[in-house]
Amino acid sequence: MSFKDKVVLVTGGSRGIGRACAVAFAKAGASTVIISYAGNEAAAQETVGLLTAEGAKAEALRFDVADTDACTSAVEGIVKAHGRLDVLVNNAGTAVDGLVMRVKDEDWDKQLDTNLRGPFALIRAACRPMMKQRGGAIVNVTSVVGDMGNPGQSAYSAAKAGLIGLTKTVAKELSSRGIRVNAVSPGFISTDMTAHLNDDLRQKMIGGIPLGRLGTPEEVAQAVLFLSGDASTYITGEVLKVNGGMYM
Amino acid sequence: MSTSVIETKVKGIIADQLGVGEDEIKPESSFIEDLGADSLDIVELVMAMEEEFEVEIPDEEAENIKTVGDAINYITTHKK
Repeated sequence: MSFKDKVVLVTGGSRGIGRACAVAFAKAGASTVIISYAGNEAAAQETVGLLTAEGAKAEALRFDVADTDACTSAVEGIVKAHGRLDVLVNNAGTAVDGLVMRVKDEDWDKQLDTNLRGPFALIRAACRPMMKQRGGAIVNVTSVVGDMGNPGQSAYSAAKAGLIGLTKTVAKELSSRGIRVNAVSPGFISTDMTAHLNDDLRQKMIGGIPLGRLGTPEEVAQAVLFLSGDASTYITGEVLKVNGGMYM
Repeated sequence: MSTSVIETKVKGIIADQLGVGEDEIKPESSFIEDLGADSLDIVELVMAMEEEFEVEIPDEEAENIKTVGDAINYITTHKK
């Protein structure tokens, strides 16, 4: 699978699944890989180093995906600088865990804004250049909890379920322009987001995974790469589960 | 901006967007029936005209723009 001459944007690309995706695109020959990050400058620069080492032109843009104006400007800036945008990976996400009776309005809003409004704003901006170029691929990173729910993640799971609906609607709207829109739904992946879970809970969760272990960011990245490239030209509106079988 | 300048520019945008020859674009041409536009084309056309002429075309107004002449009229009336 080659991404030669492709311009790729991965949000939340400084760490975890986003970084693994960015690196996978660079390894697959993408000419330009742009990551966005919310604040971790050191991690972002480290990712840029990894991308450059693979021979890609790399760039790190600092903006909050919850800020829709920033999303629009970012996409416009990319198209101005690089002439096109071929792949958008909406990966940036945030979780603030707590049982529903204790969820504050601001935590609800923050999770909906980052996990759902951000992808919407970036899709709205990215579909214009993609429509003009008569092609493109968008991959939204959702979550297994969007399908199965999870105690303590009312807002996160609602946003991730919403992202699946968004994926399918936009897939239908943009199909006539050769733009494919899909989602990848990771299960329990070894990242900073899952690092804080205690051992008991971790063992319990692993007990519910037929493949008997956590997934890696690289395993999720391979699914994102597949849905972004020429190996999946007849697939749109799909939600590809990468979860070791924990939800089928 | 004179009506003839607006007309020329609107036809240019339509030709570019829909990939049709400018000679096919007449004031009475319907975007959908005569020029083969689909709903996405209409949205793109409206956005392109908003940019070119620096006017805002609200959705409820855009729904009434069905022909090339409708578009030229709208711009002529609303362009400051």
